[in-house]
Amino acid sequence: MKYLHLVWSALFRRKTRTLFTLLSVLAAFLLFGLLNSVRQAFANAGQSVAGASRMITISKVSFMVNLPLSLEMRLQAVPGVAEVTYANWFGGIYQDPKNFFANEAVAPNFFDVYSELKLPPAQMAAWQATRTGAVVGASLAAKFHWKIGDQIPLQATIFPQKGGVNTWTFNLVGIYHIANPRERQQENALFFHWKYFDEAAAFGGGVAGWYVEKIAQPKDADRIAQAIDAISANSDHETKTQSEDSFQASFVSQFADIGLIVGGIMGAVFFTLVLLTGNTMAQAVRERIPELAILKTIGFSNRSVLALVLAEAVLLLALGGAAGLGLADVAVSLIRARLGAIPMLPVGLESWLQGVGLMAVIGLLVGALPARRGMRLRIVDALAGR
Amino acid sequence: MSPLVEIRNLSKVYTRGRQKIEVLHHVNLDIGKGDFLALMGPSGSGKTTLLNLIGGLDSPTEGTIAVAERRIDKLGQSELARWRSSNVGFVFQFYNLLPMLSASRNVELPLLLTKLPAAKRRSHAAVALELVGLADRAPHKPGELSGGQQQRVAIARAIVSDPTLLVCDEPTGDLDRQSAVEVLTLLQRLNREHGKTIVMVTHDPKAAEYASHTLHLDKGTLVEAGAEAQAAAS
Repeated sequence: MKYLHLVWSALFRRKTRTLFTLLSVLAAFLLFGLLNSVRQAFANAGQSVAGASRMITISKVSFMVNLPLSLEMRLQAVPGVAEVTYANWFGGIYQDPKNFFANEAVAPNFFDVYSELKLPPAQMAAWQATRTGAVVGASLAAKFHWKIGDQIPLQATIFPQKGGVNTWTFNLVGIYHIANPRERQQENALFFHWKYFDEAAAFGGGVAGWYVEKIAQPKDADRIAQAIDAISANSDHETKTQSEDSFQASFVSQFADIGLIVGGIMGAVFFTLVLLTGNTMAQAVRERIPELAILKTIGFSNRSVLALVLAEAVLLLALGGAAGLGLADVAVSLIRARLGAIPMLPVGLESWLQGVGLMAVIGLLVGALPARRGMRLRIVDALAGR
Repeated sequence: MSPLVEIRNLSKVYTRGRQKIEVLHHVNLDIGKGDFLALMGPSGSGKTTLLNLIGGLDSPTEGTIAVAERRIDKLGQSELARWRSSNVGFVFQFYNLLPMLSASRNVELPLLLTKLPAAKRRSHAAVALELVGLADRAPHKPGELSGGQQQRVAIARAIVSDPTLLVCDEPTGDLDRQSAVEVLTLLQRLNREHGKTIVMVTHDPKAAEYASHTLHLDKGTLVEAGAEAQAAAS
């Protein structure tokens, strides 16, 4: 610590240059924080504690192909299955396509299977009693300033009503919450009665988009999946059953390999950052050769000079990186509050630890060559300006 | 009593490309404890090289240097660095202060290598600045001080760890006459009142007058030696 003022003063010897370099580091770590937040949101999709005890059954052909409702009773009979529910994707739009959020027609026991979606008993009763009732997550309600009693019109993109009416109007009767902040992304959805959907839709009656089975023991998942899929084997509606985690992972991977994309972008960003900060450090040390020579003259060892330059590089990265990650934390909170549909997790301890690791590694990397130069300089040559 | 600095048969050869340049040629010199020695000579005569060798900034090609009976020509780089930090103070022509640090912080620099706590380091630096008459300029950065003041801060830095030996390379070479007199008077006081042994390289005969005696170098050889050197040679 006694050398901190020495490192600090060396870092801010050229204030403008250091400021611009700090801004570059800040921007890189801001991007890292934001992208890592998205990556983690996708990586964590479906990985809730409750999700480990749920399985999803879809058509073996495609997620878009429906399954007969008659399957429900047979699934319920499979040993190890505690409860079965089902749902249909609706795909309605609220006011504008950019206001995207998930909206699904669900069975009456949907909230029993998804017990992490907490709905007050009175609202649950109201939903069960209201044919056109809808339940939304707290984040979605906050985003559109909805309150209980509001009517929510959704424009159908797939399922018009009988008679050609394209607008489905739902009565908001419940707002659910999720306690775990890492799963709060699931608060951006609207659920309404499958029965209302089935009766009012112009086509597609008597089918479920997918089934969800709550199982008693997660360790039995493989056996149960095989038993479920065996029910429909060699039929016109063969099924594919997997754990909710696996389902979410394969669903996300249909869009893109988020980890690969984020990794690629961050690789490019940090590569540029290494070149930029490396250049800054090289310039800074080149300018200070006589000063480093003086330090050695008065007794600083080669290793001390090496450590001072490395500490300067790491401090540069740490200042910019901490500011960038802090800003990312604030930005993610704002984005989550205002644009709930974007999957992001708060910048948590994991991101900070990864960030600090990157700051240290990049700092040591960009400081290595200048530090070596400082360490190896010959005092008499440096003082003579050679 | 043995001299503080004993130099025997000292040679220094620099290699520049294929060319070998002998800067010092079999120099013998004794510097007594408490001496104020001025080294004079034309450019390229080897004055600064000799000073650098005495101060442990460079190693000889041949010969021996002992300071307080310790053979510094045998020390490795790390040992030399440690030895310099506690035995030698350096004063250069262009002050060589760190521009981003205050006068006080500059003076404190050598003490960072000791185990002194921060409060002690600060008080030692304050005493050194007081000694050179710059206590009131402690918070100022080098850019806010005159040349003479900067050189006095450099002297304070050189003496703060209480070394026995001060090596000064053209300490007045960049100063006006008035400032030069102040700096030379200060060095003389450090020599006479505080017992510092000083070796000063200078081009200026007036500056050399402040020393207790003067030696001349020419083409790497002492051409006018004091009694100590003659005795050493014999």
